[in-house]
Amino acid sequence: MRFTKDHEWVVVEGDIATVGITAYAAEQLGDVVFVEVPEVGKTVAQGDGLAVVESVKAASDVYAPVSGEVVEANAELGDAPETVNAVPEAGGWFAKLKLSNPAEVDALMDRDAYEAFLSTL
Amino acid sequence: MSMNNVGRPTRPEASNDDAGFNSLSGGRGLLQDEPLIFELGGWTKTGVDLPDVVPADSALAGLTRDEPIGLPGLSEPEAVRHYVRLSQKNHAIDLALYPLGSCTMKHNPRLNEKMARLPGLSDIHPLQPQSTVQGAIELMDRLAHWLKTLTGMPAVALSPKAGAHGELCGLLAIRAAHEAAGNGHRKTVLAPTSAHGTNPATAAFCGYTVVEIAQTDDGRVDLADLEAKLGDHVAAIMVTNPNTCGLFERDVVEIARLTHAAGAYFYCDGANFNAIVGRVRPGDLGVDAMHINLHKTFSTPHGGGGPGAGPVVLSEALAPFAPTPWVVHDENGYKLVEEAVGPAAQAFGRMSAFHGQMGMYVRAYAYMLSHGADGLRQVAEDAVLNANYIKARLSDLMSPAFPEGPCMHEALFDDAWLEDTGVTTLDFAKAMIDEGFHPMTMYFPLVVHGAMLIEPTETESKAELDRFIEALRLLAQAAKAGETGRFKNAPHLAPLKRLDETLAARKPKLKWKPVAPAPLAAE
Repeated sequence: MRFTKDHEWVVVEGDIATVGITAYAAEQLGDVVFVEVPEVGKTVAQGDGLAVVESVKAASDVYAPVSGEVVEANAELGDAPETVNAVPEAGGWFAKLKLSNPAEVDALMDRDAYEAFLSTL
Repeated sequence: MSMNNVGRPTRPEASNDDAGFNSLSGGRGLLQDEPLIFELGGWTKTGVDLPDVVPADSALAGLTRDEPIGLPGLSEPEAVRHYVRLSQKNHAIDLALYPLGSCTMKHNPRLNEKMARLPGLSDIHPLQPQSTVQGAIELMDRLAHWLKTLTGMPAVALSPKAGAHGELCGLLAIRAAHEAAGNGHRKTVLAPTSAHGTNPATAAFCGYTVVEIAQTDDGRVDLADLEAKLGDHVAAIMVTNPNTCGLFERDVVEIARLTHAAGAYFYCDGANFNAIVGRVRPGDLGVDAMHINLHKTFSTPHGGGGPGAGPVVLSEALAPFAPTPWVVHDENGYKLVEEAVGPAAQAFGRMSAFHGQMGMYVRAYAYMLSHGADGLRQVAEDAVLNANYIKARLSDLMSPAFPEGPCMHEALFDDAWLEDTGVTTLDFAKAMIDEGFHPMTMYFPLVVHGAMLIEPTETESKAELDRFIEALRLLAQAAKAGETGRFKNAPHLAPLKRLDETLAARKPKLKWKPVAPAPLAAE
C-alpha cells in the first residue's frame, strides 16, 4: 500500500490501482455521511478530483493519487458511507483505476514514510 | 389579631430533588414542548369561517384534487401561541450577544426600522411609475454614493441580494470583461485555502476551475504560491480581507499588483468589511470588485431576521459591465436605467427582476446617516478593539490560532488547548448554550484545527464582553479540570438535547407524514 500527503492510499494489482482514504483521514473527517464516487470510464490525471467525501464537518475532495481510467467504483458507499469510517483501508475503497503511468506509484510514500509524515502534522 | 388562614408558603423549602429533575409533561419552566404545527392542528378544524363553496363546473379537466390538502387547522390564539413559543426557543441578536465569526451579528438599530416603515418607502411597488417614487430612487442613489465613497470605487451594482449573490455579480462582470477583451480562454479562479465556501462555489457556478492558494504559517496568502499559480489562464483571484482567520492581508497591494500583471482581476470578498470600514478603501488596495453585506457591516437584519443585500462595487475596468438597473439623475429627476442600450450596452444582464432589497437600502442608509463618516470609522475601531480584548483575555487558557500580533474583528482559537481533556470544540460550543451564550462559529476556517471563531462586533459593551469572557473562562477551566460530564452531553438545559448529526445526515426525514391520513370531510 502506498500513500499521498493528501491521505489517499493506493494498492496496485497488475495494472489496476485501488484507491481510498487512509484511517487517519477517516478519523479526521469524522462520521462520513455521503460519498460521491466517479463514473466508470472517467479519465483522471494524478492530482485531479476523483471523488467527494462529505462528513458532518465538511465536504472534501479525494484526489487521484495516480493517473488512469476509472474501471470500477465502489457503489456500496452510496448506501453505506459509514464503511469509510469502519474499514477505510479495505472495504471503504472509492474506485479502481487502470494505471496509465505505473511509474507514478513508485514515487508515493510507503507505510513508514507516511507514518513519519503523519508525525509531523 | 386577625389570622390569615390561607397557609401559603412564602419561602422555598430545602430539598435535594433538583438534581436530575425532569417534568412530568416534558414542559420546562413555563416553556412547553412544541409540536409541529401539523401535529398541533386538526385536519378538519379551521380558525376562520369561510362561505360555502358554490358548486360550479370544474375547468380543471380531471385534475381536481381528490385527497385532503393537509393544511393544519388552528384557531387564531393557537396559531399565535405556536409561533410565539417557537420564537422563545430561538436565539436572536435582540436577546444576547451572538458571537458567530464571519457573520457580523451586530445590533439592528430601531431607528433603521422606523425609517423603513415610513409609508413613502414601504408602501410602494417596483412597477409604480418612477415619477411617483422619486424619493426612493434618490435614496438608492445616495446609498450608492456612500458605498462608492467608503470603498473608493467608481461604480456599484445595488441589486444583488446577499453576499454570495454579490460574488456571482462580481464574477459575471469579470467574465464579461474578459470576454469583451477576447480573453474568454481564462478559465481559472484562484482562492486561498481559508476562503469562505461560497468563493469556490461561485467560481464553479460561473464555469471556472478553482485552484487553491497556499497559506503562510502566519495565516496569510502565500505570495510565492500565488505568483506561481498566476498566468494567462487565470481569470480572477478571490481574496477576503481581513481574511477568515481574522487577519489583515498585509501584502494585499502586492497581491493586487501580481494579479493585474498577470492580466487577472482581483475579487475581494467583503464579508469582513466591518473591520475596516471608514479606515481602508478597498479601491486604494487595487480591488476590482467587492460585495458589501449590508446585513453585516451596515446593520440590516439577517440570520432569520430579514433578507440580505449584497451590493457590489466595481473598478473603472469593470464598471462598463455592471448589471442593470442603476440610477441616473438630471434636471428632470431620478431614473433607473433598465435597458442595456446606449451607454449601458455592455451591461452583462441583471441580477434580479427588480432593483433589489429596497427595505434594506433604507435601513443601511439610515445607519450611515445616523453614524456619519466618523461614526463608521469608530465602528471598525471598536469592532477590532473588542475582538482583541477577547483574544487577550482568553489567551492564557485557550490557544489562539495566530498568537503573533493583534487580530482584526475576530478572535480565532484552535483546539490545541483541549488536547488530552477529552473535550472537543463541538462539546465546548454546546456547553456554552448551557451557560446562556450562543456558540461561536466552530470548525471554520477549515485551515485551523477545531477552530473557534469569535466575532463580538462593536455592538457589545465591555460589561457584556466581560460576562461572556468570564463564562468561557469558567468553562475552559472546567474542561481542563476533567469535568467531561459537563461537556459530553451538553446542552443539558436546552429544550432539545444534542442532536445526532450523523444520523440526521445519513437517514434524513425530509417530510413529515401524518400518523393516519385523514379522510375528506364528508359533505
